[in-house]
Amino acid sequence: MRASSRSPLVTLLAALVAASIVLPLIVIAVQAFSLGWDAAVEFLVRPRIGELLQHTGLLMVVTVPAAVLIGVGAAWLVERTDLPAAGMWRTLLLAPLAVPAFVSAYAWVSVRPQLSGFTGAALVTTFAYFPFVFLPVAALLRVLDGADENIARSLGLNRRQAVLRTVLPRLRPAICGGALIVALHLLAEYGVLEMMRYQTFTTAILQQYAIGFSDAQGSLLAAVLLLLCVVVLTLEVVLRGRARVARVGGGAPERPQRVPLGLWKIPSLLALSAVVAVSVVVPVVLVARWMLTAIGRNAVDVPALLRVTGTSLGLAVAGGLLAVLAALPGAWLLSRRRDLTAMSLERITFVASALPGVVVALALVTLSVRWADWLYQSVALLVLAYVILFVPRAMVTLRAGLAAAPPELSEASRSLGVGGAGTFARVVFPLALPSFLTGFVLVALAVSTELTATLLLAPTGTRTLALAFWGASDELDYVAAAPYAVMMIALSVPMTLLLRRQLRRTSSRVSPKEMA
Amino acid sequence: MTVQPNLRRRTFIAGLTAAALTLTACGGSDDEFKADPDALVIYSSQHENVTQAWAEAFTEATGVKTQVRPGKDSSMGQQIVEEGAKSPADVFLTENSPAMTVVSRANLLAPVEAATLAQLPQGFAPSSKDWTAIAARSTVLVYNPSKIKESALPKSMMDLQQPQWKDKWGGAPGGADFQAIVAGMLAMKGKPATQAWLKALKANAKIYQNNVATMKAVNAGEVPVGIMYHYYWYRDQAKTKEGSKNTKLHYFKGEDPGAFVSLSAGGVLKSSKKADKAQQFLKFITGLQGQQVLTDSKSMEYAVGKDAKSDPALPALNSLQAPKVDPFNLNSDIVIQMMTDAGIL
Repeated sequence: MRASSRSPLVTLLAALVAASIVLPLIVIAVQAFSLGWDAAVEFLVRPRIGELLQHTGLLMVVTVPAAVLIGVGAAWLVERTDLPAAGMWRTLLLAPLAVPAFVSAYAWVSVRPQLSGFTGAALVTTFAYFPFVFLPVAALLRVLDGADENIARSLGLNRRQAVLRTVLPRLRPAICGGALIVALHLLAEYGVLEMMRYQTFTTAILQQYAIGFSDAQGSLLAAVLLLLCVVVLTLEVVLRGRARVARVGGGAPERPQRVPLGLWKIPSLLALSAVVAVSVVVPVVLVARWMLTAIGRNAVDVPALLRVTGTSLGLAVAGGLLAVLAALPGAWLLSRRRDLTAMSLERITFVASALPGVVVALALVTLSVRWADWLYQSVALLVLAYVILFVPRAMVTLRAGLAAAPPELSEASRSLGVGGAGTFARVVFPLALPSFLTGFVLVALAVSTELTATLLLAPTGTRTLALAFWGASDELDYVAAAPYAVMMIALSVPMTLLLRRQLRRTSSRVSPKEMA
Repeated sequence: MTVQPNLRRRTFIAGLTAAALTLTACGGSDDEFKADPDALVIYSSQHENVTQAWAEAFTEATGVKTQVRPGKDSSMGQQIVEEGAKSPADVFLTENSPAMTVVSRANLLAPVEAATLAQLPQGFAPSSKDWTAIAARSTVLVYNPSKIKESALPKSMMDLQQPQWKDKWGGAPGGADFQAIVAGMLAMKGKPATQAWLKALKANAKIYQNNVATMKAVNAGEVPVGIMYHYYWYRDQAKTKEGSKNTKLHYFKGEDPGAFVSLSAGGVLKSSKKADKAQQFLKFITGLQGQQVLTDSKSMEYAVGKDAKSDPALPALNSLQAPKVDPFNLNSDIVIQMMTDAGIL
């Protein structure tokens, strides 16, 4: 039985993917310690580093819980109460995914320049990232069996107690998974923080890069960031706990009853409206206004805009497809047995995603210039960087999807005489297809707004929407930047709608634990 | 699961994929994704619109195709050093000269043709003659008259280290522009004085991401004064005045470190396989026609060629009483180390 699900080939492929992620990390480590121990300590133990640590930490401590609170609260309202127009709210609450965070920051800075600094940084990141919590929690709430809650109530608990004792613990993996993504995003965020003038490790690394390209000091900062990332990853494992959430056998799941909101209806609607206003309405309205000005001034070069959009889209599709393929072996191992090998492979893929794109990109420049100059400034290398940076997003969703095709089904297929590949194509693939798509979309969304790695690795002459937007916004020229922002949002809308479809279709086939 | 929704889903997915592929096919044409082997590759940390204007004018005049790779001063200089003899770059253009000095010290630059250097006045190329000035920008103090009286402005940029200037001035020390200004100060005033000034900057100044952000902060009254380069202000004034309508410029003059004029630089890579065309490009942009392109681009930087005209809105370059700093000894490495020591970077 094990032989079919853990073939050495799959393990080998997973190890290869992990190796290509570790390679840049090794380059960073080597560069960081090229200074020698004493110089490294001298650079790291100084007030400036303390300042950056404090800034980064403060942002995490505020934004992660805030995003969890909003994400879980909104998911609860949409999935478990008699909230009017729940379907519409579901769409609106996923919509922030379609607005790149730095576009949102740009919009906020232009209406409220005094927002800059910590307040602005925390506000924009919280409202841009909460969907990463909302998405898995809402999906889980949809499939969670209502029976336990009813049993708890029949045993004399009131509704609130029943929810706290039966539902909340089961949400833990989903919440932790979402929170992890938010935390990793915060560690790697550059655009928002630069616009808000809030300096963290990542903005400092970018500054070091601007000064010295791939110098030792920038790599030292990156090494500290890696450590922070390891802390976050460990913390998540601890918080996630070992409690079993899935149960054996489907049975007949009971649809949980929707809680009547009663008097709370109005405040709930107001709260959700506020969330949508801050995260979507303000940036979209402002971008639209600048766009109208741009059109009025006849300042939109449509053919050029379309060309840049095509480039962005092409890279997004390539990055999304390859990331899903790269995540497949590791996710397969994880969905079959969570042993130490599989777990470490998974955690390794996460590490690189907490690094700012520029750090991974620099390592790839160093590697390719020295040992593979035919790869230097090629699309292949750029896409490889995207895969390294964004494979965890594909990994997380693929794991969930593959779990939907339990080993028993594969075994049944094989016992009927179908080979390994045939079983994959006819049993596993159809069942896991939705999660492949979700993973693809999440990665493609990230690629279409990636900035620093693209700047460094793209072939000369290649322009993406994010590069063009950043070029214009660097001059604080809102009008020139608008068409690119509009296109980035326009590209993201269909992808976000696809995500919503997945959310609506999530059925009991997917075991709740894996939805996290 | 019934058959119906599954089918619908597949149709939906197929449609979406098809749409994506179509858009990719029509948008991402082949030449978009690789460097054109016939084109002159220009690595440029100059403003994109200026570089683009130069590249297009050159192609029009000579028929030589060009491809521009945008970047930032220091990182691009270091990138070329990292690429070494394998660098795909033919020409390198910078905003400030220290980035070019980095490439020059790595011995990667070819000598600039005498005919090109002859198009510029004395003092606009290093003694090694391996790069040339292509434009210039002046340091200024931008101030908000509703927040500070003209008579209360500092006499020298060095005054900003006095305690009364705490939280009263802004700057963007993370950028290459500011680092060039400090390199000028270092060359004039020496290390201890510059280090003291940088320490005071850390204590006194509000830090902005770039010159434009500094100007807008002064315009919005966040700080009364700011250190920046002149042309951002003239550019905004020529357009909507959105970021500068509440501000004025103060020139320190009198050979103060605050009157520093920074040279934008251009050089040809030794490793270039199109060295002739690259030299031709440098000659073109420093010639009358190329300098006119600079002025016409409305970048508001100073033209540097003999007899070239800068925008009439600008005070004449030789009226600024800039300090006589040898621009070729501006050392960005030491400045960066000093800024790190001061806790700014």
